[in-house]
Amino acid sequence: MSTRLNVLDHAMVPDHQIMTKEELTGLLSLYKITSDQLPRIYHDDPAVKTIGAKPGDVIRIIRTSHTAGRAESYRLVIKRPKK
Amino acid sequence: MLAEEEARIDEVDLPVKTKEQLRKFLEGKEITPSQFDQILDRVLNEYQNTRIEACEAVGIIAAQSIGEPGTQMTMRTFHYAGVAEINVTLGLPRLIEIMDARKEPSTPTMTIFLEPEYGVDRDRAREVSWQIEAAPLHEFGDITIDMENMQIVVHLNTAVCEKRKIPSSSILEVAPRKIRERRHYRDFEFEMDDKTATILFMPKDRESYQNLFQLAEHVRNVIVQGIDDIERVVVRKESGEYILYTEGSNIKDVFEVEGVDTTRTRTNNISEISQVLGIEAARNAIIHEALSTLGEQGILVDVRHIMLVADMMCMEGEVKQIGRHGIAGEKESVLSRAAFEVTVNHLLDAAVANEIDELSGVTENVIVGQPIQLGTGDVKLIAKPLN
Repeated sequence: MSTRLNVLDHAMVPDHQIMTKEELTGLLSLYKITSDQLPRIYHDDPAVKTIGAKPGDVIRIIRTSHTAGRAESYRLVIKRPKK
Repeated sequence: MLAEEEARIDEVDLPVKTKEQLRKFLEGKEITPSQFDQILDRVLNEYQNTRIEACEAVGIIAAQSIGEPGTQMTMRTFHYAGVAEINVTLGLPRLIEIMDARKEPSTPTMTIFLEPEYGVDRDRAREVSWQIEAAPLHEFGDITIDMENMQIVVHLNTAVCEKRKIPSSSILEVAPRKIRERRHYRDFEFEMDDKTATILFMPKDRESYQNLFQLAEHVRNVIVQGIDDIERVVVRKESGEYILYTEGSNIKDVFEVEGVDTTRTRTNNISEISQVLGIEAARNAIIHEALSTLGEQGILVDVRHIMLVADMMCMEGEVKQIGRHGIAGEKESVLSRAAFEVTVNHLLDAAVANEIDELSGVTENVIVGQPIQLGTGDVKLIAKPLN
């Protein structure tokens, strides 16, 4: 029954979206950063697997924030380093 | 409120929550357009003034803001958290556990929500709890040691099996397999009889009584129903629905059980959450756990500080502890790392690796005795030539 579980439906998991190229260049130029300065997320993270993002993609996370109500955050998908 | 005013609130660069508050405040109030302009202006101004400045040392503020109230916490609290005598570590020990990102908390517990059709009915909630609570074989029938024939006789009580909604045949099948797999004890043979619901266990070594008793111990305690890690389940009614509280946690297996609401069920084991639901869920779990631990002790810490800590812990895609194996140990500056823990090792390794300290942080500058690059120390005079 593992098909029943959709991690994105869980109350603790915020919305994850894959960003398009244009959105990403807009984001990086807004903050004047490069994509490897973003927080990371592993490629085998359950939420990443669900939306089907690949290493190198940037994910937009829409959190329900305690302070602002709604907050966007971004994470760069990377391969999980081998121990 | 006019549609035009609505649209202007939408447009303005304010957080969603502030906009909502503003709307609620304006609702039903008679105001002129110029008054509205003034209100909007002032709110926006106030918001921009209260925003934290870029490059502010928020980390030290968070550290102080959590650390000082932390000194007020009871050092050792092990008490019943009000929820049906399930023991939960609270207070300072729990806070330390969260910050250390332990693989397993000292008292793992789960709050299992049920799907609507199970949640309203006590009996159906109980049924789900049987699927979850680990039940050893001795609860299902009589276990006798037959010393004459060197065997262990298990006679299942079919009434109990029926009450627990598990066919006796499945118990007979599961028991020997689980002894081999979970308890890693293989020196036995077994014979089962479906009709009388009986199973015989014979040790391979027919001479030793010690082996016989050892086997009996395994037979008695083998988990034949439920999830191995979950030792106890308590069913409680809260705001109109039945909720299961558990001692022990295994969110992955619990999600597979029928009737469990996979959108609300949670555990206090943060590393389990990060594995099953991902890093973002782990971040939320850290915030929730830290906030409720502090709140339970009557300590009010602003969420912003806790959010910062949680953000730092989850930056790299996995939950890292705050300590020398995590955030503090990965600092750029050698002196800053050496100032924290295991000083000599850090200095020695840095010397071997020819590391250079840029002296850009606070700790490093305090160590070498020069002004820190913050506040008044941050100001530098730049003279512009006249022509």
